[in-house]
Amino acid sequence: MSASVTSPVASPAAAPEEGSSLWHDAWLRLRKNRLAVFGAATLIIVALACFVGPFFSPYGYEEQNLDLGAAGPSAAHWLGTDTLGRDLLVRLLYGGRVSLGVGLAATFVALTIGVVYGAIAGYSGGKRDAVMMRVVDIMYSLPFTIFVILLMVFFGRNIILLFVAIGAVEWLTMARIVRGQVMAVKRMEFIEAARSLGFGRRRIIFRHILPNILGPIIVYTTLTIPGVMLLEAFLSFLGLGVQPPMSSWGVLIKDGAEKMEEFPWLLIFPGTVFSLTLFSLNFLGDGLRDALDVRASKD
Amino acid sequence: MLRFFASRLLQSLLALIIIITATFFMLRFVPGGPFTTEKAVTPEILRNLEAHYGLDQPLWKQYLDYLGSLARGDFGPSFKYPNRTVNEILADKLPVSLELGVLSLLVALLIGLPLGILAAVRRNTWVDYVASSFGMVGISIPTFVVGPLLVLALAIHLGWFNASGWYSPIARMLPCLVLGIAYAAPISRLTRGGMLEVLSQDFIRTARAKGASELRVVMRHSLKGGLLPVVSFLGPAIAGILTGSFVIETIFQIPGIGREFVNSAFNRDYTLVLGTVILYAVLIMALNLAADVVQAWMNPKVRLEA
Repeated sequence: MSASVTSPVASPAAAPEEGSSLWHDAWLRLRKNRLAVFGAATLIIVALACFVGPFFSPYGYEEQNLDLGAAGPSAAHWLGTDTLGRDLLVRLLYGGRVSLGVGLAATFVALTIGVVYGAIAGYSGGKRDAVMMRVVDIMYSLPFTIFVILLMVFFGRNIILLFVAIGAVEWLTMARIVRGQVMAVKRMEFIEAARSLGFGRRRIIFRHILPNILGPIIVYTTLTIPGVMLLEAFLSFLGLGVQPPMSSWGVLIKDGAEKMEEFPWLLIFPGTVFSLTLFSLNFLGDGLRDALDVRASKD
Repeated sequence: MLRFFASRLLQSLLALIIIITATFFMLRFVPGGPFTTEKAVTPEILRNLEAHYGLDQPLWKQYLDYLGSLARGDFGPSFKYPNRTVNEILADKLPVSLELGVLSLLVALLIGLPLGILAAVRRNTWVDYVASSFGMVGISIPTFVVGPLLVLALAIHLGWFNASGWYSPIARMLPCLVLGIAYAAPISRLTRGGMLEVLSQDFIRTARAKGASELRVVMRHSLKGGLLPVVSFLGPAIAGILTGSFVIETIFQIPGIGREFVNSAFNRDYTLVLGTVILYAVLIMALNLAADVVQAWMNPKVRLEA
């Protein structure tokens, strides 16, 4: 590796300092963690396959072959076909686009809300902080999964609503973590210095504090994605998530589970790919936590 | 301690009122109603039906009426099962789900705790690696993948268990195992982490120096502190097990409350949806509160602060 920092986690704020910056050290530690590297490699392969793979497939994703019906893996259909004779591999890759897309989009929603909310609460302190965190506490005790289910049943199960709903559930923990970190950083001297230079609150939070707590944010974001994907698949499994003709890994697993007695591959392949992806995300998240030496979250 | 409890109780009550109100009004603003079916109902019949259930009253009056009957412990009549009250339906289905939940939690603790403790005590040996891998695998493979796969392997191919049903001890084993394993994994990870933290402290070294046996060091000196993270996880875990039973009840066709809830939402059975939501909310919050109290009791830092 060259001397320049090419870490995927390098932020613009930390990049200028070359050589032994915090991010560089973290990258070196991460590279040594075999499971994390395995996770990252798997994720890259899965993501590439999902987004590029379908272009190279001779089969369309809705293309039926009713004469063939459900057939096991073969040279023509590597992972077999479903009961309508559709190629499972292509459906798996298309489903992956939806699952990964929902995972990323909903995590982004959670990340944005959580960081802004947590940062404001933590930086303000005092009464405003108390009220804001009490709201988080109360929301924590609401049975949110149930609300998401109700929302999906009532409002037509559309995909935009799906990730907004999931994102709205998942931001709470992020807000708590960010708040704790902000409270620790805001007492440091360079924040005092920034304040005495007359910078506004918004500038201090976004330019001075947030770059310094990127580590925990990145780690927790990585660990939120599998949780979000799990929730999407959970809803799809109950028939409430992604609707046909679109599909996602959760939908494929649901279909597979219904037909597993005669056609077990319809369950085994989607289940394996989905689990492997969650596995990789968890390993990568754990590796990042060790590499960045984050000890904030306990789970 | 009492103040801590009182403030948490107050918070839960507030949350409950929010839940009831939000659900009530959400139900009324969604498209479709309990009597919109494929078969067209004549307007007169519809009017009669609505009058019978009080749906023709102004919304605020319906809301107050509902709160009033709720205060008397009456969840009202079901809209879809004409001759049954919500209370009857819930009383019918709740024990099944509750039993599934309690047994699963037991499975989770019986597998998770020993595994986590062993992994911590035998850190960086093969025992630790096996236990930690189990934790990672268990977290990453969701119940709706494990469940059907185990049914396929153990029930359909080997014939050891029933593939579905609930009314025999054998039939109950597989669903409880699947749901339990899903929570044994995070519990073992938390136990390992908590135990490692405690085992590295000075007072443990003191105990060892004074000749305490390894067993005594673990059981007497470390367990209480080491299990704190697990106790604080129990609240969310119980909530997760309760909602996780939606999937398990669907896979194994168990006549519990989770399946009933999803169905009632599809049917727009307002009162049944509300009743189930309230029941879940009360259960989850009560158990969360209990977990908080246990945690405060175990941890002097929290106990004294409050």
